[in-house]
Amino acid sequence: MLRVRDLVRPGLEPVTLGIAQGECVALVGPSGSGKSLLLRAIADLDPNQGEVSLGDTRREDMPAPQWRRRVAYVPAESGWWADDTGAHFPERERTVALLARMGLAETILASPVARLSTGERQRLALVRALLVEPEVLLLDEPTSGLDQAAAGHVETILRECLDRDAAILMVTHDPEQAERLARRQLTIEGGRIRDGEGAAPEGASQ
Amino acid sequence: MSYIVLGYWDIAAASVLLVLNALLSIAMGLKLERQLLLAAARMVVQLAIVGLVLKALFAAVSPWLTAAAALFMILFAGREVLARQTRRFTGWWAYGLGTSSIMAAAIIVTVLALTTQVKPDPWYDPRYAIPLLGMILGNTMTGVSLGLDRLVTGAVRERTAIEAQLALGHEMPWAIQPVTREALRGGLIPIVNAMAAAGVVSLPGMMTGQILAGVDPVEAVKYQLLIMFLIAGGTGLGVLTAVLAGARRLTDGRHRLRLDRLSAPTAD
Repeated sequence: MLRVRDLVRPGLEPVTLGIAQGECVALVGPSGSGKSLLLRAIADLDPNQGEVSLGDTRREDMPAPQWRRRVAYVPAESGWWADDTGAHFPERERTVALLARMGLAETILASPVARLSTGERQRLALVRALLVEPEVLLLDEPTSGLDQAAAGHVETILRECLDRDAAILMVTHDPEQAERLARRQLTIEGGRIRDGEGAAPEGASQ
Repeated sequence: MSYIVLGYWDIAAASVLLVLNALLSIAMGLKLERQLLLAAARMVVQLAIVGLVLKALFAAVSPWLTAAAALFMILFAGREVLARQTRRFTGWWAYGLGTSSIMAAAIIVTVLALTTQVKPDPWYDPRYAIPLLGMILGNTMTGVSLGLDRLVTGAVRERTAIEAQLALGHEMPWAIQPVTREALRGGLIPIVNAMAAAGVVSLPGMMTGQILAGVDPVEAVKYQLLIMFLIAGGTGLGVLTAVLAGARRLTDGRHRLRLDRLSAPTAD
């Protein structure tokens, strides 16, 4: 579904990888090895070269905002552009439904962003991205700041995304989580993916 | 017009005040006396040269010499804009962006004023063109430096907020809008303040000068109003050009935030 061939950017060796529909791939590796750089490059947030495509459509054939709605990047540190939490969620009804499933109360939308805890921000940022209904999720440590119960909510929701044929590329430092969610693991070290791990099980190129 | 011509001894007498300042500095251990005297000497030399240059320029009334003087002033103002940036664009953009903005704004407004309101003969008469350009340039320069500085520091500060919106599929002009708006406000506020305070808190320099030169106060006020409007127009145009061009330079066709087009902050 998502295909990346010879993606190059400063800090990364050429990367080739593929992810199938409904597949979750865990991206593991030491800090500073280029995991976030790779996710940012796939989302086209930093200048990079290489062939990246979704299905049969190349990234360059659609406007960047459209690409990012289909291939959503959720960084480890979430950004907020208004003081008011609710202002980040224009679609109230769908938001509230998803909030409940994340273990968050509706009242959180009324509190200022500055008062949110790290874990709340992290889950809200994920909700925000899921509401766009992307086909691919690029998640940078989606549960790192969460307690076990909250992480469980997140994993349940991610699993449902996979059942709906979304693809997930996820940075995680938790081997058990990788085991639970991902069918495959990619190890990235010093800006390069360990040999032989990149290709997708189906329709991948050499 | 009647005005009192100053003799050189009059000026020398006034400079005694400066010596008093220097003595104060020595007595209080401020260690400012050297700087004070050097700055004063610099001022005397600079202004003497400017006086002589202007005298020659006004006598010549040459379009080429006037244009050359204008260009020199603009390029110098551009350097000043550059010096006031804590973070600069990389390469030619660092100097080019601010300088071309103030150049466009100052030239358009000055030529407009000369050809439609002041109407000297010939229209480029340096006795009118150079002081008008100088006043417009000085204020536009301040606005543009502030606007650009706000834009760049704002984009760096709001990076995660801007990129969060980009990652959700928003377009760059939308995502960076709060920063550009803040930058435009920052660039325009000094002229708004200057207009509000004019006449009450501060007596504008040009008006005071004309009054000392024997011009009727009401006539001097008319000139000052014209100048303030021209300055406001020039500042608005220059700030708008610089901030919008700067915001464009901070992004690209793929709606990315290109902070890599900024160099590391200069220490100050």
